[in-house]
Amino acid sequence: MPTHVIRSSSHSRLALIAGIVLVLVAAALPFWAPAGSGSSWMREFVEIACYFIFAMMWNLLAGYGGMVSIGQQAFFGFGGYVMLMLGNFAGVNPFLAVPIGALAAALIAVPVSYVAFRLQGGYFAIGTWVIAEVFRLSFANVSAVGGGSGTSLTALRGIEKATRENATYWMALACVVASIALVYLFLRSKRGLALLAIRDNEMAAESQGIDVQGMKLAVYVVAAFGCGLAGALYFVGNLRISPDAAFSVNWTAFAIFMVVIGGIGRIEGPIVGALIFWALNKFFSDYGTWYLLGLGLLAIVVTIFFKQGLWGWAQQRFGASLFPTRRTLEL
Amino acid sequence: MIETALQGLLLGGLYCLFALGQSLMFGVMRLTNTAQGDFIILGSFAAIAGMSVLASTGVATSSWAPLGIGLALLPLAFAFGYALQRWVLNGTLGRDPLPSLVVTFGLSIVIQNLLLELFSADPRSIETGGLNTASVALPAGLAIGVLPLLIFSVALTATAALQWLFNRTQLGRAFRAVSDDKEVAELMGLNSNTIYALATAIAFVLIALAGVLQGMRTTVSPSDGPLLLLFAFEAVIIGGMGSFWGTFVGALLLGLTQQIGFRIDPGWGIWFGHIVFLVVLVLRPQGLFPKTRG
Repeated sequence: MPTHVIRSSSHSRLALIAGIVLVLVAAALPFWAPAGSGSSWMREFVEIACYFIFAMMWNLLAGYGGMVSIGQQAFFGFGGYVMLMLGNFAGVNPFLAVPIGALAAALIAVPVSYVAFRLQGGYFAIGTWVIAEVFRLSFANVSAVGGGSGTSLTALRGIEKATRENATYWMALACVVASIALVYLFLRSKRGLALLAIRDNEMAAESQGIDVQGMKLAVYVVAAFGCGLAGALYFVGNLRISPDAAFSVNWTAFAIFMVVIGGIGRIEGPIVGALIFWALNKFFSDYGTWYLLGLGLLAIVVTIFFKQGLWGWAQQRFGASLFPTRRTLEL
Repeated sequence: MIETALQGLLLGGLYCLFALGQSLMFGVMRLTNTAQGDFIILGSFAAIAGMSVLASTGVATSSWAPLGIGLALLPLAFAFGYALQRWVLNGTLGRDPLPSLVVTFGLSIVIQNLLLELFSADPRSIETGGLNTASVALPAGLAIGVLPLLIFSVALTATAALQWLFNRTQLGRAFRAVSDDKEVAELMGLNSNTIYALATAIAFVLIALAGVLQGMRTTVSPSDGPLLLLFAFEAVIIGGMGSFWGTFVGALLLGLTQQIGFRIDPGWGIWFGHIVFLVVLVLRPQGLFPKTRG
C-alpha cells in the first residue's frame, strides 16, 4: 500500500500565495502611498516590525525551546549598540551594520548561555533578566556611547530623509519576511522535528538520541540573532539609543503579550498577536497607564482561561494551519 | 572600611526580608513570583495610604504610628496571599513554568500601573517621626542608624522563625512533604491546594513587612519593584534553594558586595552585585547552602 507524508494543506498553499502578494504590495508602498501619509505609515511599520520580529523569536525560544526568558532585551539592545558603534566609529554603512549587529548578538549569546543554562524554568526567566540588567548597566557606564543618557546615530547624517526612510522600510520588510522564513524552515527541517520532540517530552527525545543541550543552545543563539536584528533595525529607524530604551524589560513584556494572546508554540501566534497589539496600541495607547494595566490583565485572563491563545482557538475550531510544521502520514 | 562593611551587612538585612517570601514560595511549590518586588512596593504604598488616612483623622503621629500600621497590614497581607494562591496561582502550577510566569508578570504590570495612577510617579516615603535619622554611637567614632539596626533584627528574627516553622512544626512538615513529592503527600491526606495557599499567605506577611520597612528607610516609587525582585532572587540563588539561613547569608553577601561596589564607584554598585551573583551561579549553581533540589 503506498503511503506518503503530507506536509502542506490547501490552506497553507493559499496562505503562501496570499503572503507573496501581500509582501509585493507592501514593498511597492513608497510608490502608491498618498503623499504625506506614506512616511508615517512606513515609520509605523518599521516599529511594529521590530516588535513582531522580537515576539517571533520569543515564541521560538519559549514556545518551541521551552525556555521562558525575561531577558531577551539583552540581545535587542546589544544588536542596536553594535550597529550604532559600527556606524559611528568604524564608518560602516548602518544598513549593512544591521545584520552584523544581529550576528554579534548571536555570538555573545554563546558565553551568555553558559551562565543562563545553569538555571531552569522560572529561575532561568529571572536569571536572564539579571543578565540583561548587567548589559544595561555596562553600556550605561561606557562614556563613548553617551553613558546613561545615550547617543545619536550620526552615521546617517549625510543621507536624504526620503531615501533613508525608504531604505529602512524595505529593510524592515525584508527582515520580517526573513524571520518568518527562518523560523518556518527551521521548524520544518530535521532539526525542527527534533525541537518539537524535545518540546513534547525532553526525556523521551533524549532517549531517541537527540542532543537536547545542543538543540537548546542552537535555539538560544538563533533567538538572540533575531532579537539583535530587531534591535539594530529599531535604532536605525529611531536614530537615537539609550541604555534604558535599548535594554527595557518592556520589549520582552510586549513580546510575551503578543505571543500569549496570539497563541504560543505556533508561527501564526505572534503574527496574530502583533496585529492585535498594533490595533490596541493605535486606539488605546492614549490612555497610558490604564492601557498598560489592561494589557496586563488581558495577558492574565488569556493565560488562565484560553491557554492556546486566539489562533489556537481558531485552529481547534476550524482546523486551519497556515504554516504547517507537522508531518501527517497518509495511508 | 569597617563602616562600609557594617552598612553592607545592614543593607543585606533588608534584602533578606525582600527574599524570604520568595525563598518560601520557591521552596514549597517551585513558584517564581515575578511580581515579588511589586508586591513589596504595594505594601509600602498601602502603609503610606494608611498614614495619610491616620493624619487626616487628626490622631497625633509618633514614630510608632508606621509600626502600628505595619502590624495592621500583616493580617490583610496574609488573607490576600492566601486568596491569590488559592484562586489564581494554584491553577497555573504544573510542569510548564510559562503560565505562572505570565500571570505573575502580568500582575507586576497591573500593580505598577495601578500605583502610578493612584500615587503618581513621585518618590514617597513613610513618615517615621525622626526614627529614620536616629543613630547610636559605636566605639571608634562609628555610628549606625537605629532603623537599619531594627530592620536587621527583624530579618534575623523572621529567618529564625521561618526556619523553625519549616523544621519543627506540623505545618512545616506539610510544606516539606508537598515540596518533596506532591502526589505522595496528597495520598497521605494532605490537601496541597490549601498548603500552597498557606505558604503564599506567610510569604505575603513577609512581603508586607519588607514593604513597610523599605518605605520607612527610603523613598519608594511605583517602578521600583523589578529591581527589588532581582535582589530577592539573587539572595535566594546565592544562598541555595530551600534554606532560609542560606537566603539570609546570600542577602548579606549581596548587600556587602553592593556597598563595596558603591564605595569604589557609585555607577557600578548594583552591577557589582549582579556580577557576584553570576559568579556564584557559574562556580556553585546549587548555591552556598542548598537543601532542596530545583
